[in-house]
Amino acid sequence: MIALVKRLLFVAPVVWAVVTLVFLLIHIVPGDPVRNALGDNATEQQVNELKHKLGLDLPLSRQYVNYWRGVLQGDLGVSLINPSDHVLDKIIGRYPATIELALAGLAFAILIAIPLGVTAGTNQGKPMDNIASVVALLGISTPGFVLGPLMIYLFAIKLNLLPVSGRYGPEYLILPAITMGAPLSAFLTRMVRSSVIEELGEDYVRTARAKGLDERQVIYKHVLKNGLIPVVTVIGLQFGVLLAGAIITEVIFSWPGIGRLTVEAINSRDYPMVQGCILMIALTYIIANLLTDFAYRLLDPRIKVE
Amino acid sequence: MNRLGKVGLVIIAVFFVVAVFAPLLAPFDPREQTRLESSLPTEERLKPTSEYLFGRDDLGRDVLSRVIYGARISMRVGASVVLISAIVGTIIGAISGYYGGWVDRFLSGFLFNVFLPFPSILLAIAMVAFLGPSLNNLILSLSVIGWVGYARLMRGQALKVREFDFATAARALGASDLRIIVLHILPNAIQPMIVQASLGMAGAVLAEASLSFLGLGVPPPAPSWGVMLNDARSFLRVAPHLLIFPGLAVMLTVMAFNFVGDGLREWLDPKQKRQ
Repeated sequence: MIALVKRLLFVAPVVWAVVTLVFLLIHIVPGDPVRNALGDNATEQQVNELKHKLGLDLPLSRQYVNYWRGVLQGDLGVSLINPSDHVLDKIIGRYPATIELALAGLAFAILIAIPLGVTAGTNQGKPMDNIASVVALLGISTPGFVLGPLMIYLFAIKLNLLPVSGRYGPEYLILPAITMGAPLSAFLTRMVRSSVIEELGEDYVRTARAKGLDERQVIYKHVLKNGLIPVVTVIGLQFGVLLAGAIITEVIFSWPGIGRLTVEAINSRDYPMVQGCILMIALTYIIANLLTDFAYRLLDPRIKVE
Repeated sequence: MNRLGKVGLVIIAVFFVVAVFAPLLAPFDPREQTRLESSLPTEERLKPTSEYLFGRDDLGRDVLSRVIYGARISMRVGASVVLISAIVGTIIGAISGYYGGWVDRFLSGFLFNVFLPFPSILLAIAMVAFLGPSLNNLILSLSVIGWVGYARLMRGQALKVREFDFATAARALGASDLRIIVLHILPNAIQPMIVQASLGMAGAVLAEASLSFLGLGVPPPAPSWGVMLNDARSFLRVAPHLLIFPGLAVMLTVMAFNFVGDGLREWLDPKQKRQ
């Protein structure tokens, strides 16, 4: 319990900084953000009215206080383009699709990384290990915006096996999830590999073998249990990278999540909407890290993080 | 260095030469639009020929020339981001580690961590979205987060080295703080910095392509690999080569810098050699 409170105290300044950075974003826009959004056709009066409505005509300190008040009350303002749209409502509408995609990407990454990493680690230096390493290297170096369209070309256009884009059923999830999970799976494969190699040298492995367990049991029951602990932390840290990757993946596959909302908002210069999206992604990342931290502790009772 | 590291060095050298000598190497002007034979189906019109080795895009521009000029943008962004980040990071890290105390508590305890919750690409997207897309804004955005890694390295070295006898001796002889930092601390940090720089190049090249892909990088007529990849999506069905060539260019560059970074790390630190 004390650990939990300490952890939250550590997170508080980070959250403060994130909110402040996001608040400041609209003030680094060169020129007048409202004028940018409304275009040259809008009259001076329209611009001023909207500015007043959004509170952008107030002194900066007042705006900052108002922004915080809004965040704490769950009010992220309204869209510049369509002022009847509340930013938070839009985000909440899109959020489940992104989480679904991120979790599917994560699941794909884990499903590939554990068997591949274990195979590589237990066959260290053998051809299997080299193959796995090459696959992992390729995975790390292939950006989503290359892999995604390439898979669309292969599996949707040439082979006609899977849909090109959209979100109308489970089969629509496959290609985006692979696109998003591939770099992570490559990264995790290398981690699982080195983790397995390290654990294999431990005494308990010799004990397990000596008492006659077959190799499969040694690996999956003993080695993996310990070997996965460092991997779990990495998953938490990588979840944010995964979420950021959602922006590109969602654009490629027209996936109606928060990432595509971000890009749409950027293109229409809907600044409050972009601020809201960035804030939500960053906060999700912080929460994911907190959760990992606790999962880590549940997995390994030896760890008492200070 | 290990074999992959050497392969990486060769690839980087090739791309570097290509970037520097782009005007001599490119067979065509990357912006020049040629007339496409309208009687042929699109597939035939755009596909690679002996004249246009990598084919042409929908506006009749030579893909090979665009890929060649794209190397310029990638290398320029990568080198600028690494240079700016390394300089800023070194200065802040040195101050933090050398002076310690509340300065260090603020810098390493707070400022370094503030940037942690932002995956670098997200912060870059956010900044460019508000600053507007341009080459300079892209470099600025990527540097704003890039310096943290170098600062950490430098701080660690500064903390360690300032306690060594030779640093104390230098101080006793009346050497200024600046002299101690530059002559005694910096040389100790240079090796891990080079590794960080190589991995940083990989990250920056990837980030540039990602942002350009989203329309947040260098504005369109410029032949950025990311822009080309984005354009290619509309013609996947008829002209997959538009995706393949710039895609390979990004992959090879990113892979090469990662190889070199990993290779250097092993080479410089015998303790980390793979069993």
